[in-house]
Amino acid sequence: MNLKISALEYVQEVQNGNISAEDYVASTIEHVKGIEDKLHAFLSVNEKAVEQARLIDKKIKSGDKMGVCFGMPISIKDNICIKDSKTTCASRMLENFVAPYDATVIQKLKQQDATFVGKANLDEFAMGLSTEFSAYGPSSNPWNTDYVPGGSSGGSAVSVSAFECVASLGSDTGGSVRNPASFCSVVGYKPTYGLISRFGLISYANSIEQIGPLTRTVKDSAFMLNIISGLDPNDNTTIDNGNQDYLSGIESGIEGKKIGIIKEMIGEGTSPEVLSATKDAISKLEGLGAICEEVSLDMVKYSVAAYYTITATEAGSNLARYDNLRYGYEFPVEGYEFNSYITKARRQFGPEVTRRMIIGGFVPSAGQAGKYFLKALKVKSKLTKEISETFKRFDLLVAPTVPVLPFKKGEKIDDPVALFQVDINTVTANLTGRPAVSVPFTTSNGLPIGIQMIADSNQDKLLLQAAYALEQTVNLPEVPI
Amino acid sequence: MTMIGLEIHCQLTNLNSKLFCPCKANYRDLEINENICPVCMGLPGSLPRLNQEAVKKAIIIAMALNCSTPEKIAFFRKNYFYPDSPKNFQITQLNIYGDTSVGGPGSIMVGDKKIRITRIQLEEDPGRLIYEGSSSKNQITLVDYNRAGTPLVEIVTEPDFETPKEVRDFLNILSDILANLGVADPRLEGAMRADANVSIEGGKKVEIKNIGSFHDLEKAAHFEITRQESLHSRDIEIIQETRHWDDLRKITVSSRSKEEELDYRYFLEGDIPWINIDYETHEKLKSEMPESISSKKERYVSKYGIPAQVADVLSSDKFYSDLFEKAHTESNAKEVANIITTELMGLMDTREKRETSKLTSAHLKELADAIQLGKVSRNSSKNALHEILNTGKDLSSVIAELDLGNVSDESELLEIIKQVISEEPQAVEQAKSNPQTINFLVGKVMQKTKGKADPGLTLNLLKKQTGT
Repeated sequence: MNLKISALEYVQEVQNGNISAEDYVASTIEHVKGIEDKLHAFLSVNEKAVEQARLIDKKIKSGDKMGVCFGMPISIKDNICIKDSKTTCASRMLENFVAPYDATVIQKLKQQDATFVGKANLDEFAMGLSTEFSAYGPSSNPWNTDYVPGGSSGGSAVSVSAFECVASLGSDTGGSVRNPASFCSVVGYKPTYGLISRFGLISYANSIEQIGPLTRTVKDSAFMLNIISGLDPNDNTTIDNGNQDYLSGIESGIEGKKIGIIKEMIGEGTSPEVLSATKDAISKLEGLGAICEEVSLDMVKYSVAAYYTITATEAGSNLARYDNLRYGYEFPVEGYEFNSYITKARRQFGPEVTRRMIIGGFVPSAGQAGKYFLKALKVKSKLTKEISETFKRFDLLVAPTVPVLPFKKGEKIDDPVALFQVDINTVTANLTGRPAVSVPFTTSNGLPIGIQMIADSNQDKLLLQAAYALEQTVNLPEVPI
Repeated sequence: MTMIGLEIHCQLTNLNSKLFCPCKANYRDLEINENICPVCMGLPGSLPRLNQEAVKKAIIIAMALNCSTPEKIAFFRKNYFYPDSPKNFQITQLNIYGDTSVGGPGSIMVGDKKIRITRIQLEEDPGRLIYEGSSSKNQITLVDYNRAGTPLVEIVTEPDFETPKEVRDFLNILSDILANLGVADPRLEGAMRADANVSIEGGKKVEIKNIGSFHDLEKAAHFEITRQESLHSRDIEIIQETRHWDDLRKITVSSRSKEEELDYRYFLEGDIPWINIDYETHEKLKSEMPESISSKKERYVSKYGIPAQVADVLSSDKFYSDLFEKAHTESNAKEVANIITTELMGLMDTREKRETSKLTSAHLKELADAIQLGKVSRNSSKNALHEILNTGKDLSSVIAELDLGNVSDESELLEIIKQVISEEPQAVEQAKSNPQTINFLVGKVMQKTKGKADPGLTLNLLKKQTGT
């Protein structure tokens, strides 16, 4: 069984009767079991996946009306709830939390006859960009297992890259879909804020994060978006996209489109390999008829500081509920007074989460808010204004997804500020609510480099068109697994 | 000068669902932790889903209290750890970043005094703690989350009260207003709660919490003023603190918790987008507001000639004024108002009695008409009402069964009158010189007929018979 096919190819093959869902899913699970020792993409594997795929084959044979996924095996970041499955956020705090409901995206995928391979690894509560902060151990980059896969949706990126599933859902708070997509050479898509329901996504920084697909091709991302996007009564921040079809017209090209190259994202901290790949990408885009020009987004230089201030504040509040009183892990409450119990119970949070919650308790506090939190909000609003102005002159913006190449495990884990700086190119899209995509572009010494494109709000269709156009210009080596 | 300010919490009990989820807003009479869902339990991944009706009701309250209402409404998070709060933050409103809570400054009149409202905010109620075990050592705390997420309107006043009595009067008026708006039933247990801030001349502000009823609030304010005055007279400094009302000992006790030092780290609730209240929405809500108590009162007086005092009592209670609206006609309005205020209010003075009553507005209308037509006396109407309340039977069968019909047969009445005249020769004699005495004789006739004699006819016949 050839697992190395795209989501759309999978659907075609099953629909044509060339392969069965059961065979494909069974081979996938077998492959997962064989390779997980090396990669650790999953925190849990769905033992019923093959059985569920068999039911879908039955449904196909019976001639029932089918959903568009035809049993397609998908992995789900373990901060998205699937009913009756453990959802741990890669944290000891939620070691025993079994979600009693489906996230909206899961409901939609189930309606379209998707199957779930398992729950993908992540940095604890999605805080991190290397997956090394998972309480259950890091994932490895399939391109070189000594290297991190990026994060926080590292498990998702690894599983797509290493054919442990056809597509995956991650979440992107400051680049958590795009960063691992870049490091693992897959497509990672962060939609316009509100395009995809967050109901069932365990909040980290709710005002800026979105669920996003990680796929092998741009078209697959558009296909996933078609399924999971749209207004949801359970998430008041969702927007009505009028059931847009992101696949139609995706091959329209980018002739005549004006593309801005963000100066601040190819500055000092950018590694030479990444810089040269970016230049190469720009000439490819020009070759496709786009007009590229450098543009400055002055506020980007403060974006990382603003990002960490805002996300820490929201995290401090969003994670306050984990007091282990109603769900969590085994730790009897008898004999404790409330405050002493929760203080002790909350020690199960790992180092990065603890760090951010301490920051989150400080930056918005009385006497400090003016210096930190309110200033960060000001940067956010200025950056948003700046990017709105920029989109009056440009259709799209381009920059490397990550300014550096994938790094080795352990290399940066003791230097949180250095880790924070890796986010410089991705946080802008989150702070401004804009859609952004990482497209696999090239490799350097066997390590992947992704190119990021950003579009204006609700221009997701245009963004996918551009990403598809760029994707057609590249010729990547096969992942060495 | 004594200054008292209030923070009143009123649940919007008349809504169908909680503020952010489909669970019931009225959780009473439900099994413990039955009225909960992933949203009000704050389960990982759940998101608040704003109840738009609650926003409307809160705006209507703001309008009724003459408060300004903003064009944009926002929600904030108030962060603190407490076991009754499933998310360990409360979604509430705040005005520090612009006026974004449902109501801005306003006021209501309490007698001749204007009480200023500082602001009105919409927020969620926490769960309920239940303490079990006798000694503090064995004590365990249980949490019932049925109440968590119930829509709550907080009304904050300026420190405009000078006496506990003013506080009590204000709260009575406020609860009548809220009931009249149809947004809440303040009579429900725990539906309306208040904290008080009390300070005396030269002293710091002391906040009193945990006050169970309005009656206790008045007492607590009394106690606190006395306590502060006695400290002051002995030159002891009155410190700013939070005190709790001890319901058993009827005193306030220092909380010793450093509540005033808590930093709530307020920030915008990103899960709920700002709500625009445009001019049209505003006007539409205004037009949908029920008639105010004062307007009702005025109408009762000017249109029906109901005495001001009666109109006052009638209009301020939504239950009775609703009944009046349905039962009255142009001609019987005064009689209906009279029955309600003199008889019915005594017969239905508790919530249980109101709920079990089988009286309808049709009954009331029939009864008022019957009195006006002389078919039944006012005296007998009380017995009829009692019977109707219990059985729901129609008036004519109640009259027949209890033999309450007026004695309006002239010959029958004449017999009784003759009897009275022979029994009371002195009074008869007096009546000739003093016309007032005739009433005494009417009273005697009423006694003999158990109040069923047609009063008009009785008077006429008496006058004739005594030649006065």
